[in-house]
Amino acid sequence: MSEMPAAGRPLRRRVITEEVHEGPARATAYVCEAASCLSAQSHDVTVRLGERAAEAGLTDVAVKRVGCIGLCAAGPLVEIAETGQLFERVRPDDVEPVVGALKRVKPGDARRPQGPFFEKQVRVATENFGRVDPESLDDYLAAGGYEALRRVLSEMTSTEVRDGITGSGLRGRGGAGYPTGLKWTTVAKAQGAQKYVICNADEGDPGAFMDRSVLESDPYRILEGMAIAAFAVHATEGYIYCRAEYPLAVARLRTAIRLAQRAGYLGAGIMDTSFTFDVQIRLGAGAFVCGEETALIASVEGRRGTPRPRPPYPAVQGLWDCPTLINNVETFASVPAIVRRGPGWYAAIGAGKSRGTKVFALAGRVVNTGLVEVPMGMALREIIFDIGGGIIDGRPFKAVQTGGPSGGCIPAEHLDKPVTYESLIELGSFMGSGGMIVMDDTSCMVDVAKYFQDFCRDESCGKCTPCRVGTTQLWMLLDLITRGEATLADLAQLERLAGIVQRMSLCGLGQGAPNPIFSTLRYFRDEYLAHIVEKRCPAGVCAISQPAEVMA
Amino acid sequence: MTTVYTLTIDGRDVAGSEGQTVMEVAEENGIAIPGLCHLEGVHDRGACRLCMVEIAGSPKLAAACMTTIAEGMEVTAHSEQLLEYRRAVTEMMFMERNHVCAVCVANNHCELQDTAAALGLTHFDLPRISPKVDIDASHRLFAIDHNRCILCLRCVRVCDEIEGAHTWDIMHRGLETRVQTDMGIPWGESTTCTSCGKCVQVCPTGALFEKGRPVAGGSKTKRPFLPWLKVVQEERGL
Repeated sequence: MSEMPAAGRPLRRRVITEEVHEGPARATAYVCEAASCLSAQSHDVTVRLGERAAEAGLTDVAVKRVGCIGLCAAGPLVEIAETGQLFERVRPDDVEPVVGALKRVKPGDARRPQGPFFEKQVRVATENFGRVDPESLDDYLAAGGYEALRRVLSEMTSTEVRDGITGSGLRGRGGAGYPTGLKWTTVAKAQGAQKYVICNADEGDPGAFMDRSVLESDPYRILEGMAIAAFAVHATEGYIYCRAEYPLAVARLRTAIRLAQRAGYLGAGIMDTSFTFDVQIRLGAGAFVCGEETALIASVEGRRGTPRPRPPYPAVQGLWDCPTLINNVETFASVPAIVRRGPGWYAAIGAGKSRGTKVFALAGRVVNTGLVEVPMGMALREIIFDIGGGIIDGRPFKAVQTGGPSGGCIPAEHLDKPVTYESLIELGSFMGSGGMIVMDDTSCMVDVAKYFQDFCRDESCGKCTPCRVGTTQLWMLLDLITRGEATLADLAQLERLAGIVQRMSLCGLGQGAPNPIFSTLRYFRDEYLAHIVEKRCPAGVCAISQPAEVMA
Repeated sequence: MTTVYTLTIDGRDVAGSEGQTVMEVAEENGIAIPGLCHLEGVHDRGACRLCMVEIAGSPKLAAACMTTIAEGMEVTAHSEQLLEYRRAVTEMMFMERNHVCAVCVANNHCELQDTAAALGLTHFDLPRISPKVDIDASHRLFAIDHNRCILCLRCVRVCDEIEGAHTWDIMHRGLETRVQTDMGIPWGESTTCTSCGKCVQVCPTGALFEKGRPVAGGSKTKRPFLPWLKVVQEERGL
């Protein structure tokens, strides 16, 4: 019902190819209509561009909305499909340069180089980004969509599908990096007549927007990945657990599910085979902990979203006590490409035990804020400086925070380390879902640790004592330090308590909550000491009240 | 036929049936593992984290009340490190709200107090949170002082699983978590409460108490009635 336009409100969504032109277009303008550009009026750009092209008598051009182009910092973005020419910060009242460029496109025009931001990326999970209309099933099909599912259903056994995923070396992209093939095999072999597939789209790390972008830019891909997984583990029902804070992603998913059902890509007898699989959406109500798989299952079941001790793991005893496969959005998004292009192709990308590509959300004090997908094993320096374009205003790089509230801060001396699951853990951080927050010398690392601790204590579900109480106590100790009121004994207490919270908490939230403290202590202990001993904040962030001077 | 497993707890050879938890087998063999959310007769939830034990071969600690035994399992239930951790978790419970034994109805009958004594918790180092917390004395016979609640949720489980009333539940999250009656209305206005008093009997601290009792006048002892009620329920097929 939400699809119906309210009375009196103009129906603005359908500004696509046919209004301007019928048949193949000589030139096409892709307008990014993912959340970031959309919030900068990119939909108005689409409308205005269509109008202006028509007024200019361009009957052989098309204007098309697409998913995330990636360079979010420079939105709204418009790309000329044929030449790759990119227009940044396009305002609805100033689309003439784009119209001019559309006029000049000639058949056979070569694509121009787009610079390191685009050229250093390897797109797998995001291969359709900026090319397909997120809500159009036809567009998805034209881009090779559902070829993988067709092959799976017509040519492969479930064992072959699982072996393919195992052979590709794909690991969970939600952060922990559990081997995906192994998880699928466990669920497939688990006893139970009914099995479920769940897509974890409860992305909640501060600064992370990978899953949101995938859902907004290529929703059919998730449905296809889930269907392949369901075939591989013998499941017939799926759930997408998406946070309610992502209304555009939810709307596009709903459209995709409806159109896929209508076209026979979901439901009973998919692609005229006996395979049956359907998907429902469940909305998260704003609790970060519901990204933890047992809490997520409780929430889907309609219970309070709190975790429970594992084992039993959801693969054996999950949703309604049935074997349940839970994978992250990006994991499912990688599956169709792996099936289509072969596990060997995917396994050839990457480094060490981390194969394939990883999507990162670049945020913070980096020039090219946006979404990037790179091969595993790329050095942090390459991601932040070549792709990310370096630090804003040329300030000195201080640290990059990866892995969200369970992750850590990596300092400049480790910029040349490769990004793999193993190396990040070695550095005291964590792959996490893929948020990368870049910090320069204006960030105080104690303040950063305090920020993440504040996040964790706020998001603690309250079930287990060490997380419920301990995260608040850690925050209180950090607050004491940032106010310049702490002693060295408080610092010792902080380290001791952090270890206890890590070891004694029930789920990943509490177990990971002390990580920002550990990593900042490891690399920036001098900043802690400056606050405690010298009563000053080296970055000038913390308001330390100076002790009252003795009147002379 | 039940399978019997042999395992070791703190180096002692012990045996238990399939499906039993480490906590149960330890208890049968006279090995005391602390635990405040655990209560025989209702489901375990592994939340207080006092019963955390080491299991050989696993890098993570496990809650003894939720871990079922396996053949050849080597459990360490007591070590210097576990003692330190348990002391810290007990201290957290004291620091979370406002526990003042000297004016508490449960003084000398309090499982939190007993646990602290057994663990040798002699002083407090961690930051004291001490939020402003309410008391609900609207019920005719009983009252709840949230200052003393450690969120073990024994009251919630006994009300649901034994009495079958499900008057108690929880609301909010994190430090704001509170037990509540009937969707958050005052206890005295609850239409589901049967005034059976089981919640008061199972409360490990002085959070739930009978009105009119003086300081240290609570009389909570061991509660053999719960397992017995459970047996009755099962035999009647309830």
